Amino acid sequence: MRPAIFSSCTDPANLDMLPWLSCYLTTGKHLAFYASFGTVLLLLAVTAPLALLFGFAGASVARSRITPLAWLGKGYIAIVRGVPDIAFFLFFVIALDQAVEWLRHKVKCPDWDQPIRQGNDFVVCQIAKMPLNSAPQWVHEVYGFSLAMVTFAIVFGAFAANVLYGAMQAVPRAQIETAEAYGMSRSQSFWRIVVPQMWLYALPGLSNLWMVLIKATPLLFLLGVEDIVYWARELGGAKTTRFTEYPHDDWRMWYFLGLLLFYLAFTKLSEIVLTRITRRLSHGQATLGGEALRKDAQGGATA
Amino acid sequence: MKSLLLGSAALALSATFALADTVRLGTEGAYPPYNFINDAGEVDGFERELGDELCKRAELTCEWVTNDWDSIIPNLVGGNYDTIMAGMSITDERDEVIDFTQAYIPPEASRYVGLSADADITGVVASQTGTIQAGYIAESGATLLEYATADELITALRSGEADSVFFQGAFLADIVAENDDIVWVGEPVPLGGGVGVGVRETDGELKDTLNAAITEMKEDGSLNEMLKKWFGEDTATF
Repeated sequence: MRPAIFSSCTDPANLDMLPWLSCYLTTGKHLAFYASFGTVLLLLAVTAPLALLFGFAGASVARSRITPLAWLGKGYIAIVRGVPDIAFFLFFVIALDQAVEWLRHKVKCPDWDQPIRQGNDFVVCQIAKMPLNSAPQWVHEVYGFSLAMVTFAIVFGAFAANVLYGAMQAVPRAQIETAEAYGMSRSQSFWRIVVPQMWLYALPGLSNLWMVLIKATPLLFLLGVEDIVYWARELGGAKTTRFTEYPHDDWRMWYFLGLLLFYLAFTKLSEIVLTRITRRLSHGQATLGGEALRKDAQGGATA
Repeated sequence: MKSLLLGSAALALSATFALADTVRLGTEGAYPPYNFINDAGEVDGFERELGDELCKRAELTCEWVTNDWDSIIPNLVGGNYDTIMAGMSITDERDEVIDFTQAYIPPEASRYVGLSADADITGVVASQTGTIQAGYIAESGATLLEYATADELITALRSGEADSVFFQGAFLADIVAENDDIVWVGEPVPLGGGVGVGVRETDGELKDTLNAAITEMKEDGSLNEMLKKWFGEDTATF
């Protein structure tokens, strides 16, 4: 067993409330719980830009003048938006994982004579496993986490694509006409006029998505990643004295209360940041928000 | 010494089976004393000790993996890990999807608990989803209330959502011993064909290796000692 962080923790049964709590909250299990907050934040930090990228690509492709390309973009948006998240997570991740192993199997074991699907079993040769069976546990965890990231990015990318598509359409036609009058090509006017101005229109939708993404992170456990909700449930469950130094009743309520506060604080912080971004993007725009900012600035100048 | 001999015998027998490869052992980690996560955050319990011993005897390198009970069979079949050691009783339904080694825990009693000795066992009875106990309740005519994990069962009982709980006796024994308000109800019900290691149907070699190691532990009495250590002196042994 790992030595406890505080030397007094060797015999917790004899401790008072506060020292007991400080010992209890620093067990290896709790440290894993705290680390899982990092996992969730990391997932958000990586997934959000990735989903935005997927969304931007999806929206640009959906606007394409080449019909099959436009179908591709619109198909992506329609299909992924239409399938329930949980079904997508259960189906897609397994399919993705098996597709990777199938490809590796074809490349690495061309002499394999048995079928890959045998009844219920999915059997590929040992060296085609992804990751290898002999790989240490952290490799498996990183791989699982990456699958989770890609899946989240695809799902939220589809919603983001729809938001961005709408935002691109919302940029006033007059702006684009002016660009054309100046002799800009279609792609020039897209990058110089549409893209810089669309963010303001996209922001309310994107901020919604961000909030939903924060709250969707418990889906991680479906993908085998031990997230904060898994640990809260595990730590909060009633424990008898036999297998733990820290027996307690059902404390899940307190752990979930902690999670509630975490999510509330995090979404509140996000709201503050998003409000600032909106203000910034409104500068110089021919919108109500932009007009208000202009008047503010003028008022400040004359006063 | 004996384990050394058997280890090398297994090595000789299964020359094609890459013994150097790691075997990943899947478990639930929420089911003391079978398997649980200890204070240090590691898998612990009877199955941890047994699994490590089996791996030692069969000269396999083993790695423990936890997985939700609900999806524990699909993930074995999909190849995320190679065995299930999660207090899983051998039943015909499961045997159709996966294979089991011989039992490493003899068939054991399932029991009812309630808030009083005369609690209703024909009304609303709580049990864990996808267990033989849940199957038994569903067929007994009582109303089955299912939960994803075992430790939610007692909460349901205390909050009055369930009249009684029906589950594996060894899991409930510790709870009854330490909680004055929870008592046994009725007689034990023998269920299932014992607990075995679940393996993929296509993994015959791994199954044979594990079977050999279990047989050896049964013969030299070490399995019985381990059973007594974790489940008490009165537990059923081989």
